Amino acid sequence: MGVGIEVSNLNAWYGANHTLQDINLNIPANHATALIGPSGCGKSTFVRCLNRMHETNPIARVTGSVLIGGLDIYANAKPVEIRRRVGMVFQRPNPFPTMSIYDNVAAGLKLNGFTNRHALDEIVERSLKHAALWDEVKDDLKKQSGASLSGGQQQRLCIARALAVDPEVLLMDEPASALDPVSTSKIEDLIFQLKSEYTIVIVTHNMQQAARVAEKTGFFLNGRMIEFDSTQKIFTNPTDKRTEDYITGRFG
Amino acid sequence: MLVVAPLVAIFIYLVYKGASSLNLAFFTHNPVPVGESGGGMANAIVGSAILLGVGSLIGIPMGIAGGIYLAEFGRGTKLANAIRFTADVLNGVPSIVMGIAVYSLVVVPQGHFSAFSGGVALGIMMIPTVCRTTEEMLLMVPNAVREAALALGVPNWHSVLSITVRTASAGIITGCMLAFARVAGETAPLIFTAFGNVDWSAKLSEPIAALPLQIYVYAISPYDEWHRLAWAGALVLIVLIMLAVSLVRYVTSRGVMKGAN
Repeated sequence: MGVGIEVSNLNAWYGANHTLQDINLNIPANHATALIGPSGCGKSTFVRCLNRMHETNPIARVTGSVLIGGLDIYANAKPVEIRRRVGMVFQRPNPFPTMSIYDNVAAGLKLNGFTNRHALDEIVERSLKHAALWDEVKDDLKKQSGASLSGGQQQRLCIARALAVDPEVLLMDEPASALDPVSTSKIEDLIFQLKSEYTIVIVTHNMQQAARVAEKTGFFLNGRMIEFDSTQKIFTNPTDKRTEDYITGRFG
Repeated sequence: MLVVAPLVAIFIYLVYKGASSLNLAFFTHNPVPVGESGGGMANAIVGSAILLGVGSLIGIPMGIAGGIYLAEFGRGTKLANAIRFTADVLNGVPSIVMGIAVYSLVVVPQGHFSAFSGGVALGIMMIPTVCRTTEEMLLMVPNAVREAALALGVPNWHSVLSITVRTASAGIITGCMLAFARVAGETAPLIFTAFGNVDWSAKLSEPIAALPLQIYVYAISPYDEWHRLAWAGALVLIVLIMLAVSLVRYVTSRGVMKGAN
């Protein structure tokens, strides 16, 4: 089951560049939350702070606190533990190119020392079914490379890979922006099904997409969070003038 | 065509000059004194295999470890720059100098020539090629692959060894093969180390025969019979290198998935 996320006074830097400034927000459990905003507004940096991927860049720095299911991930946990609880799907599909479809899905478990083959088979099948890819790949799970799939299939493979380690939160950084409309709608259907079991945070450039999949939406601009409310409210009656300008296409 | 022409030309000429002297005895008999006919290079073939085995055991792990450090852990550090510079210089050191260096570092303290010292010389010569190709191949692995592994909660060192190195493995193996093929034909570093041996020896602590050495000795001799054997030896050397490289390629390519790039 998903858990809620409480972010307070979060600041992040890339070198001297202050990319996130005083972010405070509560992301509800078992819902999809969308983050929108123009390029470079800090929304990707923000999700990378939720699984401590931001700090993998040597010039990056973070202050403030993030509580995931009540656990302060910056004070009381190791990055690797957090990343097992908080899965991530990237903008471009990034399957491991030299691994089979099966090994791609099993990678997270295998690399963390999980060796029970029977259980692994079951988890791989369940994760691929969850990611709506099972029927398309079940016949050559171990023969075919993850890189031989189409872009949309690769992205669903990456979702299956993230689900296999049984996370509580799923972060998606523009998961459909490199995909065609049919693949995009498959990913959106998937988000719709997954959000009853996982807390989903999705960064998107596509405002219709935010409106279709998310209950809550946050608007980011220049490293600050301008407004965070129900998706309905953000898109029909935003409180802040800047949100309204962005929604109505006056900039960005 | 232009690229393969020299190789094909050398190969055809070697077959023309050497094939007639090849017979079963070449592979099963040791060299015989001048004047006697027959004899072969069995000891040199086995000797070369032993020397290359020792060399690979030294050069490949050290080269790969160095390459992994350069590409994954030491990026931008002073130590990494120093290692990279050293590897490039080492690559340019003439092989005869390498032989003399190993002579003074291994042979003199040991007190005698040995197969082991020859293997050390070849191994050191392999390090820079293996190291730099490993680094280049790892740098070609997209960052997205590293991020994918880290985002699954895999510790960095584990992700490097089982994901990044695995992704680059085809290129790394090619680098090892290049280094192997290059030192397989080296004569100069063996003159002061493995020394050569007309008799059978498979001991690491004793002087050992090697194909390039044997070819060299026979080729500069005044005897026609030995000249013919030298041609045959050269042909065998080039065929064995080709076989070894093809075998490794075949074995490692079977593990690669359909459609992987």
